[in-house]
Amino acid sequence: MKISNKIIERHGLKIDEYKKIKLLLEREPNLLELGIFSAMWNEHCSYKSSKVHLKKLPTKNKYVIQGPGENAGVIDIGDDDAIIFKIESHNHPSFIEPYQGAATGVGGILRDVFTMGARPIALLNSIHFGEEKNKKTKNLLNGVVSGIGGYGNCIGIPTVAGETKFNETYNENILVNAMAVGHANKNKIFYSKAKGLNKPVVYVGSKTGRDGIHGASMASAEFDENSEDKKPTVQVGDPFTEKLLLEACLQLMKDNSIISIQDMGAAGLTSSSVEMAHKGSLGLELDLSKVPCREENMTPYEMMLSESQERMLIILEEGKEESAKKIFDKWDLDFKIIGKTTSSNKLILKYDNKTVADIPINALSTDAPIYQRKWEKTKLVKNKKLNNIKKGNFKESLLKILTSPNHSNKKWITQQYDQMVMGDTILRSGSDAAVIKIHQKNKAIAVSVDSSANYCNASPQVGGKQIVCENWRNLISVGSRPIAITNCLNFGNPENKKIMGQFVETIDGIKEACEYLDFPVVSGNVSFYNGTNKKNIFPTPVIGGVGLVQNLNKVIDHRFKDIGNEILVIGKTFGHLHQSVYMNEILGINDGLPPEVNLKNEKNNGQIIMQLIDNNFVRSVHDVSAGGIILSLAEMSMSSGIGVKIARPNKLSNIFEYFFGEDQSRYIVEIKKEKISATIKLLDENNIFHETIGQTQANNFSVEKEFDESVDKIYKLNNTWFKNINATIKK
Amino acid sequence: MKSSVIVFPGSNCDRDIAVALEKLQFKNKMVWHKDSELPKSDLIVIPGGFSYGDYLRSGAIAAKSKILNEVIKAANKGCLILGVCNGFQILIETGLIKGALLRNKNLKFINKDVYLKVNNTNQFCKNYKNGQIIKLNIAHNEGNYFTDKNHLMEIKENNLIAFQYCDEKGLVNDETNPNGSLNNIAGILNSKKNILGMMPHPERMIDKIISNEDGLNIFSSILN
Repeated sequence: MKISNKIIERHGLKIDEYKKIKLLLEREPNLLELGIFSAMWNEHCSYKSSKVHLKKLPTKNKYVIQGPGENAGVIDIGDDDAIIFKIESHNHPSFIEPYQGAATGVGGILRDVFTMGARPIALLNSIHFGEEKNKKTKNLLNGVVSGIGGYGNCIGIPTVAGETKFNETYNENILVNAMAVGHANKNKIFYSKAKGLNKPVVYVGSKTGRDGIHGASMASAEFDENSEDKKPTVQVGDPFTEKLLLEACLQLMKDNSIISIQDMGAAGLTSSSVEMAHKGSLGLELDLSKVPCREENMTPYEMMLSESQERMLIILEEGKEESAKKIFDKWDLDFKIIGKTTSSNKLILKYDNKTVADIPINALSTDAPIYQRKWEKTKLVKNKKLNNIKKGNFKESLLKILTSPNHSNKKWITQQYDQMVMGDTILRSGSDAAVIKIHQKNKAIAVSVDSSANYCNASPQVGGKQIVCENWRNLISVGSRPIAITNCLNFGNPENKKIMGQFVETIDGIKEACEYLDFPVVSGNVSFYNGTNKKNIFPTPVIGGVGLVQNLNKVIDHRFKDIGNEILVIGKTFGHLHQSVYMNEILGINDGLPPEVNLKNEKNNGQIIMQLIDNNFVRSVHDVSAGGIILSLAEMSMSSGIGVKIARPNKLSNIFEYFFGEDQSRYIVEIKKEKISATIKLLDENNIFHETIGQTQANNFSVEKEFDESVDKIYKLNNTWFKNINATIKK
Repeated sequence: MKSSVIVFPGSNCDRDIAVALEKLQFKNKMVWHKDSELPKSDLIVIPGGFSYGDYLRSGAIAAKSKILNEVIKAANKGCLILGVCNGFQILIETGLIKGALLRNKNLKFINKDVYLKVNNTNQFCKNYKNGQIIKLNIAHNEGNYFTDKNHLMEIKENNLIAFQYCDEKGLVNDETNPNGSLNNIAGILNSKKNILGMMPHPERMIDKIISNEDGLNIFSSILN
């Protein structure tokens, strides 16, 4: 078959890229080979636009065992315990088919973690939808939430934290990012690097079907009006099979049978086999006639490009085939030796005793295109002076925010997720971070995911920095020491200079914060081409962080504990309203710059909070983020049923700027009267800015002269949006 | 005391139950669904999860598995059987407990902490006070218990309801019913009272530092 320009284009390859393929092969590829190249060279697998910039990120600190480049990142949490984690996007499939798209997103990220030898112990997600009035929004939300729950609940891994946001920018391109966190013995971690010649290559798990063919290429292109036609490229998940695969793999990992293991994720059998061979500088020879197929008459092309779920590729030690097969038989899973490692440095595929593909591994990996894409600086819009701000209505503004979809109580979502299975969940969704006990040990990890697209859109550099800091703050607020992060970088079309500029600047911001806070990036994922018909989404980096809790007695949350306690704000309030919730949702203004982050203050304030928790000086802690002090206080009250009595700020401050301003690096803490003097002494000694703003009280949420309602009432209002949602979802 | 936990493909609360049993010094064994022999046991637990992926109908395939024949035999001999969540669904499918578990009233999976009113007149709940209010966690799609009028009469006459959904103060009504269960039934016994099926997960509430210890007394009640 002659490869025409049309075929090349349909494979998502550029004509120049095709020329390069011919050069590397020293001939024309056949259709199967072209398909393999397209799978390996697309943005999703090759990181061709992002690679040069990702290299700038810090990836090491004293805890890091494995940084980016493997299936997931690995950190050391002491006593031979390692935590393995990663976040990944499944945006495009979820827009086309929300339930399966989201479900397989969860399934895929779980495999990335257990393929390295970890038992997954927590799932998180960051999901972004269009605005409320967009008619697709609620059905997409319903489908995605059911899909995330459907997969996690069935496989039995708790979904413990996440964020759900609504913004017009996602109307035609939602974001579904899933993060998985696993626990392993640090001496028993499995990598993808192949070693040794003539070792058996084994296919395990589900059979290969025709689902998901070219999924990764689909995820590397913008949507248009025909996107619905791409439904067949969405994979179908089966969490039950994944549970079996998980148990079988973990059982096999107990002895020394496995040389290398890799899950078949994006680009399925192609990327897993190339990855193993490339890492080990070896060749692979596979006989596709042996691949277990779900459907009849599948072609080598379909087998190599299928993204059927719940499959793994393993390179075994010789002589271990029988014992390994027994394990997979026990779990009723396919186990098939389909090839061997070779010294050829080539991927050779046979079918019906004929060679059907013969490609140098390097052509698919190291020689894949890398682009230094052109980019331009983001134009920053200066802050305009806000007129009329004194005329606002404090009470109406707060109530409007509390009843908006973005700031509503999310229990309609989180109750659809099993948060408690495995029996180690100490803090669940709704907390600043979730806290998961390491099974049968006296320590725990804290996990959180965060994003702030409005900030990043206004200033990618400041936004990138801010979001790392917010994640750091969330981890600290529950009593943990932040260790490392994973990131999912959701952007528009990288071929657009402006978008590429957003990407480059975001990376700069993330890098600056990570370096200063010693909070490295150990894994991650880039998702470009989030947009439809040239309309790109706001730059949306999502940060997933992990912290360590050394002593379970120090776990703390944001719920007020008693009445009559003092409430302090740690960190200085300047009253920055640009890009805040108040400006966007109440004033309807979207311009200006996000709040700057002073990294020195960030670090100092964070460290002092850790110390306050360690000294048992504080009864509850909450970071101040979107919505400012007032929304943080409301969350502390609504989650506990305990009210507050808050004084007006001094006369110089504007009440809106003071309570709704989103200055960074701030925390609210609740302190018993008898601990106040010791606390203030410690804060003063360390030159930490602090203000006492009021006390906790029974029943009412009161701000002097501005607001006085029962906590019960604001709690009910905070639940109305989601309460009404069932009625509006199309069945 | 000896216990056995039955493990099906797709069970996912098997480890959690084993942790609870071992915490109370049960000598526990995990029993794989393909086994045809059951170790000598004073208590058999069928744990929660998604046995066989909930395909066909929750619990339906597990109810036909080899090991279940042995469980039924043991049950008929008076062995204590505890089915939690999917385990309860399996007990229903085998007929060891009468009735049906329908989709939750809101047609969604529900995971939340619920208050339960305990009836302590059975072996599984002895160590609670009668009428005690406890807090456990539920996590299911199909926990909406239903049965016919005659059986409901029998349930009431013989005091077979072990747990009812309620609020903090013990109020049992529609508002405190998370899933639409008949009479707010959260846990129910067979007529001989040696089998308990319940939707809430006692094994998730056995450690103060994680949550609370309200689930422990079920296991300790069985012990003495």
